[in-house]
Amino acid sequence: MTQKNRLQSGGRIDRSRTLTFTYNGKQYKGYQGDTLASAMLANGIDVIGRSFKYSRPRGIIAAGAEEPNAIMQLGATEATQVPNVRATQQELFDGLVSGATNGWPSVDTDIMGVLGKVGGNMMPPGFYYKTFMYPQSMWDTYESIIRKAAGLGRSPLENDPDTYDKVNQHCDVLVVGAGPAGLSAALAAARSGARVILADEQSEFGGSLLSSKETLNGMPASEWVSFVTEELRGYDDVMLLPRSTVNGYHDHNFLTIHERRTDHLADLAPAGQVRQRLHRVRAKWVILATGAHERPLVFANNDVPGCMVANAVSTYITRYGVVPGNELVLMTTNDSGYQAALDWHDAGRKVAAIVDTRQSPSGDLIEAARKRNLNIITGSAVIDVQGSKRVSGVSVAPISADGSRVTGSVTKLSVDTVASSGGWSPVIHLSCHTGSRPVWNEEVVGFLPGPTVQKQLTAGAINGSYSTGKALEEGLTAAVEAISALGLKAAEVVLPESVDVNNGAPMTLFHVPHLKPTAKAPKQFVDYQNDVTAAGIELACREGYESIEHVKRYTAMGFGTDQGKLGNINGMGIAAKILNKSIPETGTTIFRPNYTPVTFGAIAGRDCGALFDPERYTAMHKWHVENGAKFEDVGQWKRPWYFPKAGESMQDALNRECKATRESVGILDASTLGKIDIQGKDAREFLGRVYTNAWAKLAVGKCRYGLMCGEDGMVFDDGVTSCLGENHFVMTTTSGGAARVYEWLELYHQTEWPEMEVYFNTVTDHWATMTISGPNSRKLLQELTDYDVSKENLGFMDWREMQVAGVPARVFRISFTGELSFEINVQANYGLHVWEKLFEHGAKYNLTPYGTETMHILRAEKGFIIAGQDTDGSVHPYDLGMAWCVSPNKPFSFIGKRGMAREDCVRPDRKQLVGLKTVDPNVVLPEGAQGVFDPKAPIPMPMVGHITSSYWSANLGRSIAMGFVKGGLDKMGEKVYYPLADGKVVEAEICSPIFLDPKGERQNV
Amino acid sequence: MFHIYCPHCGEYREEEEFHPAGQAHIARPLDPEACSDKEWGEYLFFRKNPRGLHHELWVHAAGCRKFFNMTRDTQTYEIKEVYKIGEQPSVVAE
Amino acid sequence: MSDNVAVEEQAPAPATVAIMDQRPGPEIAGESPLHHADLDSLAKQGKRQGGVHLRENKLLGHLTLRCNQSNSEQLAAVVRVLDVALPLQPLTSVEKGDVSIRWMSPDEWLIIVPGEKAFEVESRFRDEMEGHYSLVNSSGGSTVLELSGNNVVDMLKKSTPIDLHPKEFPVGKVVSTVFAKSTAIIRRTGDKRFELVIRRSFADYVWLWIQDASREYGLVVDA
Repeated sequence: MTQKNRLQSGGRIDRSRTLTFTYNGKQYKGYQGDTLASAMLANGIDVIGRSFKYSRPRGIIAAGAEEPNAIMQLGATEATQVPNVRATQQELFDGLVSGATNGWPSVDTDIMGVLGKVGGNMMPPGFYYKTFMYPQSMWDTYESIIRKAAGLGRSPLENDPDTYDKVNQHCDVLVVGAGPAGLSAALAAARSGARVILADEQSEFGGSLLSSKETLNGMPASEWVSFVTEELRGYDDVMLLPRSTVNGYHDHNFLTIHERRTDHLADLAPAGQVRQRLHRVRAKWVILATGAHERPLVFANNDVPGCMVANAVSTYITRYGVVPGNELVLMTTNDSGYQAALDWHDAGRKVAAIVDTRQSPSGDLIEAARKRNLNIITGSAVIDVQGSKRVSGVSVAPISADGSRVTGSVTKLSVDTVASSGGWSPVIHLSCHTGSRPVWNEEVVGFLPGPTVQKQLTAGAINGSYSTGKALEEGLTAAVEAISALGLKAAEVVLPESVDVNNGAPMTLFHVPHLKPTAKAPKQFVDYQNDVTAAGIELACREGYESIEHVKRYTAMGFGTDQGKLGNINGMGIAAKILNKSIPETGTTIFRPNYTPVTFGAIAGRDCGALFDPERYTAMHKWHVENGAKFEDVGQWKRPWYFPKAGESMQDALNRECKATRESVGILDASTLGKIDIQGKDAREFLGRVYTNAWAKLAVGKCRYGLMCGEDGMVFDDGVTSCLGENHFVMTTTSGGAARVYEWLELYHQTEWPEMEVYFNTVTDHWATMTISGPNSRKLLQELTDYDVSKENLGFMDWREMQVAGVPARVFRISFTGELSFEINVQANYGLHVWEKLFEHGAKYNLTPYGTETMHILRAEKGFIIAGQDTDGSVHPYDLGMAWCVSPNKPFSFIGKRGMAREDCVRPDRKQLVGLKTVDPNVVLPEGAQGVFDPKAPIPMPMVGHITSSYWSANLGRSIAMGFVKGGLDKMGEKVYYPLADGKVVEAEICSPIFLDPKGERQNV
Repeated sequence: MFHIYCPHCGEYREEEEFHPAGQAHIARPLDPEACSDKEWGEYLFFRKNPRGLHHELWVHAAGCRKFFNMTRDTQTYEIKEVYKIGEQPSVVAE
Repeated sequence: MSDNVAVEEQAPAPATVAIMDQRPGPEIAGESPLHHADLDSLAKQGKRQGGVHLRENKLLGHLTLRCNQSNSEQLAAVVRVLDVALPLQPLTSVEKGDVSIRWMSPDEWLIIVPGEKAFEVESRFRDEMEGHYSLVNSSGGSTVLELSGNNVVDMLKKSTPIDLHPKEFPVGKVVSTVFAKSTAIIRRTGDKRFELVIRRSFADYVWLWIQDASREYGLVVDA
């Protein structure tokens, strides 16, 4: 294929470096420096997709981020698929593979196109609501067909092989946009010694200057750009980020920048390189120099390929050396549009006419057009376009001075390209992100950034200042303001001299009239991506949608991936006219992050795979892995769940672990339990305030179980706290509750009782904790210590310091299994040593490692609760049958005491935790099952509480369960029924939750 | 993402280092037993939800672990001031 | 010397706090939180060129002191024990000989000494310091990573939201902050040298993270 629209010379492309790319399966050539869009236009590709709703053929309209149509699917392989890429922003590389996003089965023969042709009345605005909502059962079907046909792109089915990451940045001044305003701002800030980040979404800095024929200091503007960029590169504290879109402006000057580091190089990032990087920037000041987007005009059939925004036509010619057609008609409401016709003419192609909607325009560019003898038709408009897959001609007619109606007869022109300019819309998106409402400016005929609480300044076209000279000046002024506010001294910057262009007044025109009324005229598109027409907006207004926010939602205007960058202002102008209001009265438009779509890769960064979430390990983790543990997540901890032997099912393993522990000795890695060191003379009193039970008399060397409640009286954590010294305690918490309990203690100490002399320190990670449990645990321990661990010398609920396997240890004789049990704590650096020594000596006792599941079963056999499993924030100690753990007579009203005395907390029919034995001992109730008293009651049955813990107990040879039952503590022996999802009803008897050894004889030996 | 000045560390830090801990200046009644159910319920559950200035309790969880107060505009998200526990705000709603 | 020479020897009061020499004899080697990563072998076999260098300074004595910074008696006791004063300025640290102290909070400091000295220092504090304070041995709960190299700041910027520019983060500054999805105490010990104190249970995650974040610069493990 030849590049039939490529000029022989000119543009910022390298004609010596030919690149091959594929579009919809066909190969084409382009040059280094092209965007995918410019290369497609060079090759004369007219149709690049089908429209969303009517499936009309669409072509490239714009040359930048505002492009609504050229949304491509990229990727040479399944794994490298990227949807939703604007061809106007994708740099061409050799081997690029692209395809149209919309269009099924293909862009040229399209099923939905048929619908589109007849569909004028079939698909009015709100068509989702009106057409497809009924019957509701069909919605899934409709939706899948619409999605497939409308084509919202597709995500890859294989893992993305590329790497994406995030970097935290800090700067004094973040300059967004490297056009004339941004460059002068960055230069001034950098020379003053500020830390500067300059980000621009394009591959090169320069913005509008890259496609401009202007001069600065008598040189081509692009040379000034090079000088400034070079100087900026020389500062240590300046970071230059080309190919980087500032996508989000968040609170307190936090901005996100999406940098595409290798998207321009290849389908896959070169080895070792990061494909895209998300910069998380905290800027002391932000200077928005984001420029403006040209508005296309709204006229009949203005979406036929070949219709383009005037400035885009100039950009393709000047920057890329591509003239996207042969014969041009330009329609404009303002002087700047003329540049497209001048560039077209200068490129040697035919300008059929310049159609100026103004009656008698005058200005430098108009003069320039007259000098070239271009045909200028004033007081007229292009009111209609002929052609379907490419413009073949236009209808031109005179219009009234206010632009509301056609006033004369139609002339037809034979052209293949229509450029239009309805003026410019400042790119205010970022300033809207933090909630700032934009303000309408009549003079600019557009919204300007509104008042903001952010440390934000604006410069250049975003302020409606469209001349290069003004942009340079405003950039400098903004930088000086930021520099002074930062307390720096502004360095001197002499701005280059620019040539002033004398412009005439523009005309405000949002909607070009047609011979027919809007509803009957051919479609006049406002929002290309969502197929919103002028008629659709009129209909919405007639149907009663008066707020622009409602109009937008009803018509879907601005809801595409382009966020209505081209269409919103025209749409608002049309709505305002119909409603007979001013634009500000109709409402403002607001934009939200992100400015352009961001890949999921960049959002995820490195927080994926093994780095998705931290895995916390104990000192014995390696042993667990080597010994075949299956792991369970407890918060971020990886805890052994059970240790299956070859051929064992989970239940087999649990049965074996449970029996071994009760018959001889088992061992549990309990290091994950939260541990808080508490020191100070008021430590004991503090414990009395945060626990429900008494601590005043706990002697040194003793341990005690405690329940912790919130002020509402509800249990939120529990654990054993031991008295290490008169003013020294160590508290244990649940594995998941450690951080919360620590913060809770600090909260009360810092905010309520700062006078108390107590300090808290987290020591969870410092101690490795291993619990040996079972009748042979004492014998095993005694083999490893010289300390006498007999019943007489180390009683139940005592702790002592001793050497275990040569390592200094604190051994606590506490039990969560109901067996004789010792919890050995050593500094974690020696944990694995002691653990392995225990196994060396434990073999003869069949020392059996067990995990969390066996721990749960063994404790449930004893009726011990697990906070967070048997409690859910709505149960107090009495509900748990743990009145023994509440000391209401403590002098201080401990946390939870008043709460659990509230009227609702003393109801007799509260749900209370009880044991439950299924009548059929082989049935294990599912946890979460809801109980009823009367299984024959009509549905919905009154539910009386749910099962919280349920297991097969190998030691008891039956199932056991704990659960809540209304008034259960007074219903011992009564029946509860559990209707299950499969229709079966399980009958269970209420009993004490202590299923085994109710007198506690096993642990008291 | 807020940028929060920690009055103990003496510098601005990112929001991810902090936890909010609800409305500030909710003092625990000195004699809970003397409270009616209604009074206790108000202490437990009832909080302001103003559009505008709000006094909040925060903790520098990943930093110095100190609690402190913050006066924040819930509409603009501006942080008007931070002040230590036991101190009173100088910026208050009218 | 006191003039009250006639004071009788009193039976020691029952210990109000329990302290214990937690280290076994030298025949039992401690295993640091990154023991399983076998950094020593990596240091021998791994690459020697790269933008980021990592070394684990393992098995040091970590002591957390909480006391009242306006109690001059307590401050004097610190000098008697450590021969260096507590840094009272927020986010600062001091280092003298083999002792370093990091400001953690207005009433909290992290003292790091050689591992074998931890108990001695702890005991001397108990002898020298009076009033309300706490001293906790946390040596098993954390480890120290030394990170250096030309790209150390680049790597850290991927990991922490703290501003590491020398103007904002000079040598000696110390912060407790977020590190990836964990936390770390970060101290600048040189122009291109930082110290991280990380928690034992998160050590493997942090090690994985650092390897990943250093990939584009090259990671050198030093012995």
